[in-house]
Amino acid sequence: MSRTNLRYGWLGTGGPPALVFVTFVGAWYGYSALVGPTERNISSPYPHAVVQTVFGDLSNLSELLKATWVTTKVASVGLLIAMAVGILFAVLMSQAKWIERSFYPYAVLLQTVPILALVPLIGLRWGFGFKSRVIVCVIISLFPIITNTLFGLKSTERGHGDLFLLHDAPRLTRLRKLHFPAALPAMFTGFRISAGLSVIGAIVGDFFFGRGEKGLGIKIRDYTNFLETEMLIGGIILSALLGIAMFQVFGFVGRAITGAWHDGA
Amino acid sequence: MTSLTSTPALTFDKVSMIFPDGTKALDQVSLTVRPGEFVSIVGPSGCGKSTVLRIASGLLNPSDGHVELDDQNIGYVFQDATLLPWRSVQKNIELFMELEGVDKETRRKNAALAIELVGLSGFEKHHPIRLSGGMRMRVSLARSLTLHPGLFLFDEPFGALDEITRERLNDELIALFLRERFGGLFITHSISEATFLSTRVLVMSDRPGRIVGDFEIPFEYPRNEELRYDPLFAELSGNISQALRDGHS
Repeated sequence: MSRTNLRYGWLGTGGPPALVFVTFVGAWYGYSALVGPTERNISSPYPHAVVQTVFGDLSNLSELLKATWVTTKVASVGLLIAMAVGILFAVLMSQAKWIERSFYPYAVLLQTVPILALVPLIGLRWGFGFKSRVIVCVIISLFPIITNTLFGLKSTERGHGDLFLLHDAPRLTRLRKLHFPAALPAMFTGFRISAGLSVIGAIVGDFFFGRGEKGLGIKIRDYTNFLETEMLIGGIILSALLGIAMFQVFGFVGRAITGAWHDGA
Repeated sequence: MTSLTSTPALTFDKVSMIFPDGTKALDQVSLTVRPGEFVSIVGPSGCGKSTVLRIASGLLNPSDGHVELDDQNIGYVFQDATLLPWRSVQKNIELFMELEGVDKETRRKNAALAIELVGLSGFEKHHPIRLSGGMRMRVSLARSLTLHPGLFLFDEPFGALDEITRERLNDELIALFLRERFGGLFITHSISEATFLSTRVLVMSDRPGRIVGDFEIPFEYPRNEELRYDPLFAELSGNISQALRDGHS
């Protein structure tokens, strides 16, 4: 805990970001007033109009929450698959240099090819439903999991490795009792990054497919087409909240698992 | 208590070590450690002292010469306590037994005994991050004690500790030595620590390391703090110091 926190309590922690928020909302009001001083403003509605429309009307809110739930399912399934696949590849790559050299370029490729360029192809191959959306999520969130897990597996201290060598521990024992636990903090760093990415993947996926069960991506597209700016902003807010929630879940699970022995994050 | 007739726990016969990069670390080092003998090696930093231990433990193969171990079961305490941070004190102490396939019940029993022996009762569930440097070293000691090794290798184990903790651990180490009667090979750059603990002190030269001095330390065990002010203790320390300077060209 920093000294500021000790001296000012929650005000020290929550105060500065709250101040930034208030300034931001103030600037928003200013901008809305400048652009169009009418009550119904398509390009830049007032903040209170957004709050009224999105949170003041239960049917609007439940429409957005339903879409958020659809997106949550896609993002979670995609992330879980990415975790399983990512850990598997990282473990394989950590076992032999030639395996690492064989796969690493493709892991980088996965990261560098713009996801938008791949989405239409995925849609043509696997349709525009749940499966394709999940595939988009997996592709977008795989790389941080592979690299962070691999980094964690390879950053074991030499002294710790010596303990296992002294007792002739077989490879699998070393992996299970040494490299894997040592990699956990780095793995959770990867999971947290990918949690945010998988939400982006889920939204990008259905934004482009534009059909099937309506997730946040489709809703955002619909609201744009019907010029429902307040709801569009509501969709943006909920996607942000979903990303933050997913990020926090892994922060929480990570701390629960490694907090007792690992400082940081 | 040194039985010179017993089989040596460790024998080095003209052991030399040249690393792949051409560094000559050891030059024809010969030494023996018998059960009940506590041998210290003092030498300047970088003279190859740690290499002696890495070779003795089998982590390194010597380039030349012959190494003989009576019992493959050796204890090893590194300069760093090398505890696994994700394991509690109890689980860290059980590690070597786990790797040697000791059953769970025996592991619990031996760990509890070792924990008591090093005075860590009550800290079983703590993680290393919550322990002081001295306590971590005790865990590291206890971890090796569980296997009752015939030979115990110490690589500057107390080098990073403060003077008071260091002297207390010296006393505790002597108590463990008397109880377990292992052969000890102890690396240090502290002459007084070597003299206080050992039955014999070997002096090593600058790289490539050679043995340039061999001193019997005749004091009876158990040894206590007053020994550090004994005139003979001072004289022996002085001689060792002289040998160290002579070997430092």
